[in-house]
Amino acid sequence: MSKRINRRKFLLYGGATVGTSILLKACGSSQPTATNSPAGGSPASPAASGGGDTIKVGILHSLSGTMAISEKSVVDAEQLAIKEINAAGGVLGKQIEAIVEDGASDWPTFAEKSKKLIEQDNVVAVFGCWTSASRKAVLPVFEEKKHMLWYPVQYEGQECSQNIFYTGAAPNQQIEPSVDWLLENKGKEFFLVGSDYVFPRTANTVIKAQLAAKGGTTVGEDYLPLGNTEVTAIITKIKAALPNGGVIYNTLNGDSNVAFFKQLQGAGITADKYPVMSVSIAEEEVKAIGVEFLKDQYAAWNYFMTVDSPANKKFVEAFKKEYGGERVTNDPMEAAYIAVYLWKAAVEKAGTADDLEKVRAAAYGATFDAPGGMVTMNANHHISKIVRIGQVREDGLFEIVQATPQPVVPIPWNQYVAETKGFACDWSDPAKGGKFKA
Amino acid sequence: MLIVQGLLEGLFNGISIGAVLLIAALGLAIVFGLMGVINMAHGEFMMLGAYTTFIVQNVFKTFGSPWSETYIIFALPVAFLLTASFGILLERGVIRYLYGRPLETLLATWGVSLILQQFVRSVNWVIIAGIVIFSALFFGGLWFISKRADYDRIKTLVWTIMLPVSAAISGVTGFILAQTFKLAVTKPWFGAQNVDVTAPAWLRGGVRVFGTFQIPYARLFIIVLTAACVAGIYLFLQKSNWGLRIRSVTQNRTMSSCLGIPTQQVDSLTFALGSGLAGIAGCAISLLGSVGPNTGQNYVVDTFMVVVVGGVGKLAGSVVAALAIGTLNYFIGSGAIALLVQPIKPLADFFTFFATASMAKVMVFFLIISFLQFRPGGIFPQKGRTVDA
Repeated sequence: MSKRINRRKFLLYGGATVGTSILLKACGSSQPTATNSPAGGSPASPAASGGGDTIKVGILHSLSGTMAISEKSVVDAEQLAIKEINAAGGVLGKQIEAIVEDGASDWPTFAEKSKKLIEQDNVVAVFGCWTSASRKAVLPVFEEKKHMLWYPVQYEGQECSQNIFYTGAAPNQQIEPSVDWLLENKGKEFFLVGSDYVFPRTANTVIKAQLAAKGGTTVGEDYLPLGNTEVTAIITKIKAALPNGGVIYNTLNGDSNVAFFKQLQGAGITADKYPVMSVSIAEEEVKAIGVEFLKDQYAAWNYFMTVDSPANKKFVEAFKKEYGGERVTNDPMEAAYIAVYLWKAAVEKAGTADDLEKVRAAAYGATFDAPGGMVTMNANHHISKIVRIGQVREDGLFEIVQATPQPVVPIPWNQYVAETKGFACDWSDPAKGGKFKA
Repeated sequence: MLIVQGLLEGLFNGISIGAVLLIAALGLAIVFGLMGVINMAHGEFMMLGAYTTFIVQNVFKTFGSPWSETYIIFALPVAFLLTASFGILLERGVIRYLYGRPLETLLATWGVSLILQQFVRSVNWVIIAGIVIFSALFFGGLWFISKRADYDRIKTLVWTIMLPVSAAISGVTGFILAQTFKLAVTKPWFGAQNVDVTAPAWLRGGVRVFGTFQIPYARLFIIVLTAACVAGIYLFLQKSNWGLRIRSVTQNRTMSSCLGIPTQQVDSLTFALGSGLAGIAGCAISLLGSVGPNTGQNYVVDTFMVVVVGGVGKLAGSVVAALAIGTLNYFIGSGAIALLVQPIKPLADFFTFFATASMAKVMVFFLIISFLQFRPGGIFPQKGRTVDA
């Protein structure tokens, strides 16, 4: 008898907790939703895409789970761009209405939500995804529906879908220039450290081939399982392979980065003898890891918050005004911001938002004066952009030590990897398509 | 000489990896080992400890120079007390209803771990106010009404009325708070981002022993802390009255109860002790790794591994297992074994293949599984009567 009451009690307690949290959630989130639909129309308005007075676009990122850390700020940048465009009169005289969906750091959820955005909400474009895994999960959906995804993160390349526009860096726009710079300025011996998944492994294949071609040597490489924080063995190996100092090329992702830099310092590996070049550490990550551990180390990106240009000044100011003075901007956020504006340029050139074929064709050659410099959409669905190398300063931002004089043209199919050597991508010509022998 | 140096370095590094494993597993060795509770939220208790360290660090930063360097000393007891009280809450609120039902416990604590993760992501003043008001109204009211003589008769009625009413009141208050003070109260304390815990200056860097080998101070600190915790638990369990009661309840609950030992209090205390140790572990790992909502998840599998290999119910087993796994992991992962067997070509190739961090983990898991085939009870199996939970 007493057991049954206990169980009921447990259920009641549980119910109470759930109830309270739902209530709190409801009032906590009431504010963001208000800003989500700046058009003023109720979100449930049945207007089909383009038929009403708004143009609906989807935003699909992880707002919960592991990836929420990074993806939330990308959503902020996308919403800022949409807000700016709406304030300036919208697109084709219509306001943009953003429908935000949560991918929850779960790849099947991404696929499900992208279907929902396309089929139920009738959006005309989706801005979304961060990890390659989530992109690969939604790719079949977008190809089947012949729809349009704008993907804002630097990635490993080896993909060129007609239904995706990639506004982040292709490998030749981040990794290759940074390796060249390191070879010239920091040394010829490289130790490669990465997380154990597709991006670091592909990236390191590229780096090894590039080093072999340009007179550098790979003295060692090691991979940590995602989330692992024990790097003692790797540090021993680095010391054994590079007793007198050398370059460490770091493609770690997520929590492992924190452990890596904290323990490097403890082991006496310092930036003056062992410069570390990272490709996944931007302004937000520096803040979370701690400047003490990162000072004087390097990162390669297309954009840093410290880029000195009128467009960037405007972007940073607008962002801080919208989301708070302590917030920082970073490369994926800039790429997401670019994505919205390039889509707008394409829609305006095409004169329609609904005919995706026309919008796609109009996107080729579309330009935008981005915070990081002028960008151009190429026929291979990637954008030309400037590549920069930054060094972490005392204040946690980057001192830009190197920038390419011209925007670098993207190469999605890797020319250092045997299977894709000689291939290219050109969607402006139906005969060529996504992968053809150039 | 070179070999001696290499061996020394290897031993130290192995022990330091083992110490991190051990301090993370100590609490679980008590909760899972002694009580038989499969606590999936153990990692989240570590995370709470790490966040406590973050808060203490920020408080001490405001005190200025000499104090800001000592925060870690104060963070340890604070983290212990905070996670211990969370532990009591969990034991009293959930786990005690599930004793003897390991599967339900597993699911319930897994749920608790998810709740805690989301809690640190979204906690803000509104949520805290809501929880406080709800608890005051509901539990306070319940306590008040339970004094009435006819409480048992009106129990169901009271519950059905009070629960929605207090939930509604706290919800509405939260809503009003959020609308009047806006961002000041709805802004999350920590958010989904990792937070930055920086070791005090005297724990950064390390002491150079010979050649390129440097012992990091943070590692030394963790080794000392782990040793102190093990010694403390040993003394507590073996020498104190409550330790005696804990051991007797572990061995035979019914008989202990007959002899007048308050088994429910003992359960709470044991669970609090285990959770508190997780808090200390969280404090320690914040010196080495990241502090974020997922921090605990990175450790929880390793801690179970240590306890199972060591033998459930045996502290000494956990100690040996942690050190063995740590050393093994290091020697395989750093390629030291590959170097040692260099003369034999195929063996050397074999070990070189496993000499990366992720492959070393595969190898260690494989060795553990084979070991458990021969010794299913772990290094020191529990003898005699099984724990009746």
